[in-house]
Amino acid sequence: MSPAPTNPAGDALPEAFAEIADDFHALGPKDRLQLLLEFSRSLPELPERYAEHPELLEPVPECQSPIFLLTEVEGTGREATAHLFFSAPPEAPTTRGFAAILAEALDGRTVGEVVDTPDAVTTQLGLAEVVSPLRLNGMAGMLARIKRQLSEKAGL
Amino acid sequence: MPVPHDPSPALQDYAHPEKLVTTDWLAEHLGEPGLVVVESDEDVLLYETGHIPGAIKVDWHLDLNDPVTRDYVDGEGFAQLMDASGITRDTTVVVYGDKSNWWAAYALWVFELFGHADVRLLDGGRAAWEAEGRPMTTDAPEVAATSGYPVIERDDAPIRAFREDVQAFLGGQLVDVRSPQEYSGERTHMPDYPQEGTIRGGHIPTARSVPWARAAQEDGRFKPRAELEAIYLDELGFDAAAPVIAYCRIGERSSHTWFVLRYLLGFENVRNYDGSWTEWGNAVRTPIAIGTEPGEVPTR
Repeated sequence: MSPAPTNPAGDALPEAFAEIADDFHALGPKDRLQLLLEFSRSLPELPERYAEHPELLEPVPECQSPIFLLTEVEGTGREATAHLFFSAPPEAPTTRGFAAILAEALDGRTVGEVVDTPDAVTTQLGLAEVVSPLRLNGMAGMLARIKRQLSEKAGL
Repeated sequence: MPVPHDPSPALQDYAHPEKLVTTDWLAEHLGEPGLVVVESDEDVLLYETGHIPGAIKVDWHLDLNDPVTRDYVDGEGFAQLMDASGITRDTTVVVYGDKSNWWAAYALWVFELFGHADVRLLDGGRAAWEAEGRPMTTDAPEVAATSGYPVIERDDAPIRAFREDVQAFLGGQLVDVRSPQEYSGERTHMPDYPQEGTIRGGHIPTARSVPWARAAQEDGRFKPRAELEAIYLDELGFDAAAPVIAYCRIGERSSHTWFVLRYLLGFENVRNYDGSWTEWGNAVRTPIAIGTEPGEVPTR
């Protein structure tokens, strides 16, 4: 297995993603899909306050399948804590898997850490070969929307 | 030994009923020698969440596309895929998938580029099978790899159109199967699917608009023949003896329409332009038409 690559700028992946990337890179292609499936199953349900108000969530049209996301911040500025919420149907497991990876890596981190996440991180998880680069665009779309929402809400 | 055709009365009105099977038929014939069931989905993980027992997975991105040339795999690549999948040249292949069989129809079309003789679609696809509460499993199938699938030189000409073919075909029976908004040029991609955008919105001049989904029922099954004829023969005025080219954005939705015209209505010469709008809409010196009317053949 090839080691987890660094991003094109030469910096190491952010810690939160590095662990996930290591887990994927340690596996062969079939097992990478199984790990992505485990992520998709672990995606938390929406809390009731959002489950009853789907209009509050932002759609992510970059994904092939319907997914909606919403962020919350505790505090203001870069030190504020970020919280992420996602909603995607069970028949869209790839999209759910992408969302769960982002949730695991970014939920509870500071807004500063999230907005500093390199956009290329989604291409460095070892998923391109098993999912296809085109499908990965969906995860990049989610990350971009998360960053934008958090920047607005934390007043960056 | 060929696997028998599905005699279901629901299929017999179609021009080529042998190209479809019903869920009942498949349930009865699962596991039969000489039959391989293939799932082909848009979502690359859907198969792993549960599939028809014994079905194998073929992914359009990962298995059917060449990773270097923007094209399908070559004869050797296809033969390797078939051998690994336990499919011989005589095997009956039944394909099913998500999204009303878009990707299944696309996979079937690629099988036919290689001249695989007996490929059928499961009418209604994955959704119909699941809706009927039929068995699904996450158990990996025991695939007995085969050997010796012939290395076929792909013969694209009969069922695949390239941009040059379409340029010479303007004014012919050209059908755009995308959404009305994509056709008119309001959008450059299907609602909710922007990842293969084009610079320009609109359609190929003279193309008629019939969104693919008009051929499908609510449950994902194909509409009865009479209803299909009302659309393509009566409404469009298409002639089943004259050639047709169908396109969409990347060629998957138009595979669905290709199947309808070729096998359900029996059009003799139907080609799928898989370059579709992603190629046409971006190509240099290529004319487009905007709005809800087909437009004219450009004069130069």
